[in-house]
Amino acid sequence: MNRPLGLAGGREPGAATTNPGGAAPATRRGTELLMLAFAAVILTSALVLVDANQEQELTLAIVWYGLAYLAIFAAAHLAVRRWAPYADPLILPCVAVLNGIGLVMIYRIDLALAERATQVGRDFSGVAPRQVMWTVLALALFLAVLTTIKDHRTLTRYSYTAGLVGLVLLALPAVLPSAISEVNGAKVWIKFGFFSLQPGEFAKILLLIFFASFLVSKRDLFTVAGKRVFGVELPRARDLGPIIIAAGVCLGIFVLQKDLGPALLFFGVVLMLLYVATERFIWVAVGLTMFGAGCVLAYTLFTHVQQRVANWIDPLETYDDPGGGYQVAQALFGLGTGGVMGTGLGAGRPETVPEANTDFILAGIGEELGFIGLAAMLMVYLLLGMRGMRGALAVRDTFGKLLGGGLAFALVMQVFVVAGGITKLIPMTGITSPFLSYGGSSLLANYILVALLLRISDAARRPQPQSRPRAQQQQAPIAEAHTVMVQAPSAGGVGGPGGHAPAPPPPPPNRSGPATYPGPGSSGPTGSAPANGGQPGSAASPANGANGTGSTESDNTTDSPQGTEGEWKA
Amino acid sequence: MNTPLRRVGLTMLAMVVLLLANATYIQVVKAEDYRSDSRNQRQLLYEYGRERGQIVSQFGGTILAQSSKTDDRLQFLRKYRNGPMYAPVTGYYSWRYGSAGIERERNDILTGEDARLFVRKLSDLITGRDPRGGHVQVTIDPTVQQAAYEAMTSRGFTGSVVALKPDTGEILGMVSTPSYDTNKLASHDGKKQERAWASWNCAPSAPSCNHNNPMRNRAIQETYPPGSTFKLVVTAAALEAGMTADTPVESASNIPLPGTTGVTLENFAGATCPGSTLEQALAYSCNTAFAKLADELGAQKLRATARKFGIGMDDLQIPLDVEESHLGPLDSSAVLYQSGIGQRDVRLTPLQDALLSATIANDGVAMKPQLVKELLAPDLSTLEEFEPEELAEEPAFSEQNVEVLTQMMIASEANTSGEGKRSDLTIASKTGTAEHGADPKNTPPHAWYTAFAPADDPKVAVAVIVESGGDRGLAATGGTVAAAIGRLTINAALGEG
Repeated sequence: MNRPLGLAGGREPGAATTNPGGAAPATRRGTELLMLAFAAVILTSALVLVDANQEQELTLAIVWYGLAYLAIFAAAHLAVRRWAPYADPLILPCVAVLNGIGLVMIYRIDLALAERATQVGRDFSGVAPRQVMWTVLALALFLAVLTTIKDHRTLTRYSYTAGLVGLVLLALPAVLPSAISEVNGAKVWIKFGFFSLQPGEFAKILLLIFFASFLVSKRDLFTVAGKRVFGVELPRARDLGPIIIAAGVCLGIFVLQKDLGPALLFFGVVLMLLYVATERFIWVAVGLTMFGAGCVLAYTLFTHVQQRVANWIDPLETYDDPGGGYQVAQALFGLGTGGVMGTGLGAGRPETVPEANTDFILAGIGEELGFIGLAAMLMVYLLLGMRGMRGALAVRDTFGKLLGGGLAFALVMQVFVVAGGITKLIPMTGITSPFLSYGGSSLLANYILVALLLRISDAARRPQPQSRPRAQQQQAPIAEAHTVMVQAPSAGGVGGPGGHAPAPPPPPPNRSGPATYPGPGSSGPTGSAPANGGQPGSAASPANGANGTGSTESDNTTDSPQGTEGEWKA
Repeated sequence: MNTPLRRVGLTMLAMVVLLLANATYIQVVKAEDYRSDSRNQRQLLYEYGRERGQIVSQFGGTILAQSSKTDDRLQFLRKYRNGPMYAPVTGYYSWRYGSAGIERERNDILTGEDARLFVRKLSDLITGRDPRGGHVQVTIDPTVQQAAYEAMTSRGFTGSVVALKPDTGEILGMVSTPSYDTNKLASHDGKKQERAWASWNCAPSAPSCNHNNPMRNRAIQETYPPGSTFKLVVTAAALEAGMTADTPVESASNIPLPGTTGVTLENFAGATCPGSTLEQALAYSCNTAFAKLADELGAQKLRATARKFGIGMDDLQIPLDVEESHLGPLDSSAVLYQSGIGQRDVRLTPLQDALLSATIANDGVAMKPQLVKELLAPDLSTLEEFEPEELAEEPAFSEQNVEVLTQMMIASEANTSGEGKRSDLTIASKTGTAEHGADPKNTPPHAWYTAFAPADDPKVAVAVIVESGGDRGLAATGGTVAAAIGRLTINAALGEG
């Protein structure tokens, strides 16, 4: 963990983790606890500042919020200790900081809105307690994910289910009558009496699981070159089919819902997964071309898209138009007023911006904490994303890499879409800031996301059972470790859609325990045989080389868990 | 698969860097634009969220403007004592329409933003008190202001009255009529502000428009032809050029304008001047005499003397911006003839006209007019006190001519009609009846009166202008229309109103 952001790759460098003797590597839970304590200090100071600047006495509310916060993250920490002890130690503290600052901002905007409500003689009840409640629920989900999904690869078993449920969740609000699905013009809600959810937030993760799994099983197809045009190898048209259909359906639903933010996010993540799975940039080029065409089409077809673009080009110009740039302009006013240093927490007017505590919460942070605060938040997001990406790099199985990388990218991409919209970098689209914004769906979904990232990073660093003989490791299998990853959990053998595996070559008999081989989790990896076969030199990718060439020592490091399992298991 | 993952990681990094760069642009480069955008209410809410300082009179501490706490979103409401009467002084403070007057020019003090208040603000932060703004003490004498304002409005006159303290330049009264209620613009109700603003700012040509620019501060923003009051400047220049009160001057009822055929310049009502000396010419306000005098003195001497009275200063601030008073291009004898009687392109603000009398009253030394006496911190300690300041480098005329001019003005007052004369008070004055408009002979003239008193120990100098004849139409003269108002103002200033 000596490397700053984890970009450096999956292999642990120093002797600290090299453990020939077989002792367990440091879990680094202590670091996590320390960082969590630091996050708690930040939250407490922030709450005190808010109350001080709002010229209020230090209220009991602070104590209450502080205790709730401590309890939540103490529970999360203990859960990680128990069920994912080797997980990345910075992921949870990053979440704690973001969630804490978000809570403070929501509380702070509550105060302002309450003051305004008293002035006009209306009743007002703050949403901060609800956010705490949502965080508790999110924690419950977080624990549920950590305890039930002991190995992320089990998820591949449910990939088609996940894809189907994801699509249904995505489509549901668009199909349901507006009365129970539309809020502020966006049909993305399902209202249940006293609370409402945005199923799209969950669909995001479910579809990601589906796509990652799907791509793992089909990735050979996508790497098969089609015709060469102008020296560029195009993918075969029929291979494009499923992905175009899936992406098209999702985008269609998003357009119907008039909510472009998730569409942008979703499309970006699909492209990224395709690129990582195939290692061919042509997919990105094709995707971006499609995206460009889609943008032009959407712009010519939909007036609300034109309005958004006009608001983006000059929000001050369309300030007074209905649906015009008022909101973005107010955000910019807030950011400008905040300047570099900010007005101070509790001393600004973040509530002036509509949706201040949800989509536009970053504008409030930029106003009260200034550029410094905004930059700090963005850096925390980046850190969180990079730690997630680090786990993805370190984990040995392809599905884990794709899922972890996808989740990490989705998080940063979402931040880019919302922060870019607020700061007029890109047109504003309705989307929340993960962990900061008020909103149950966003919190619940993002805690699931983080639980998965923790699970993957835990898998990446978890030491192998020490009984394992130091088998005659050959470099080649290690190098292609990701392609050989098998060891579906024992139950994995049955019921999986193994038929999707692209006709893998018959497995060497010594590996083919009936329980381990054609399981769904293994379908993709084993299917990678063509690549292996085609490039026996195992130079498939430098990264693989890096992972694999570590000689025996690398194998001995804690970071080489699952991939080689098939080898020694024999 | 790790290579593309690393590239994706780099992409994530690039996205965040892009966000940071853009945030820098928004929050550093463009910050000031966004901060000061009129639609950005944050500054406003901040300003209204703290107690704005008071505007008080130096006389008895009469409060002209103060902020009081309210229950609505803008926490403090600005309230003006007798808004229309003091409007030219205080100005207004509106969240829709900005501000004017002292409210605008001394905003830093009133909001507490002034650097001199900063140390106090820091201590406020520690002690936790509400940060308040400082106060501005103005030179206005409420008695004078009220007398002048009521004298103008009770007669329904459009115009202005200015009263100065000759030896310091302190402005005791500054009235502009018709006026407007500053309280309506300070209202927190935007609609109310809008209606008020619209009713005072319609185009005068519009049929439904029944006002006469009430928001214009005529005392300092409007220039008028000074008419005969300008003869004081010509007389001073003549005395400086070596003439005396007894120097014989032109007395013909009319004289031809040089360089023209058949165009003449004539005395008031076409009368022959009853006297033939300089003193008598001023006392009877003989046009032909001053037309010729101006030509004889020439543009250079006229300008030099005018400058010493303050005419031609384009950067005078009291601290409100004062429109430049000027003589126009004095480029021919004909122009000099007409300029010598305060017509043609000669234009003075009412403040400048009061300054003519004040300069004579102060032995030829023009004092810089000042509206602010003191700047005070929230705890009423003095931040800055204003010292009297001379406007020109040297006196407008020598000491021996002070008495001569004063006597001439006393003689002029004796020839002036109008109400309000008192046997126990000697006033030195000069009236003016200034033609204006496209058809000067058939347009009711502006009536002027400028004076100081008591003549032997001047305590106050005033100027009155009543636009377009007041209630007398074409027959109006400075004496019949403006003099009475000037005398009322003088009486109020001397405490014997």
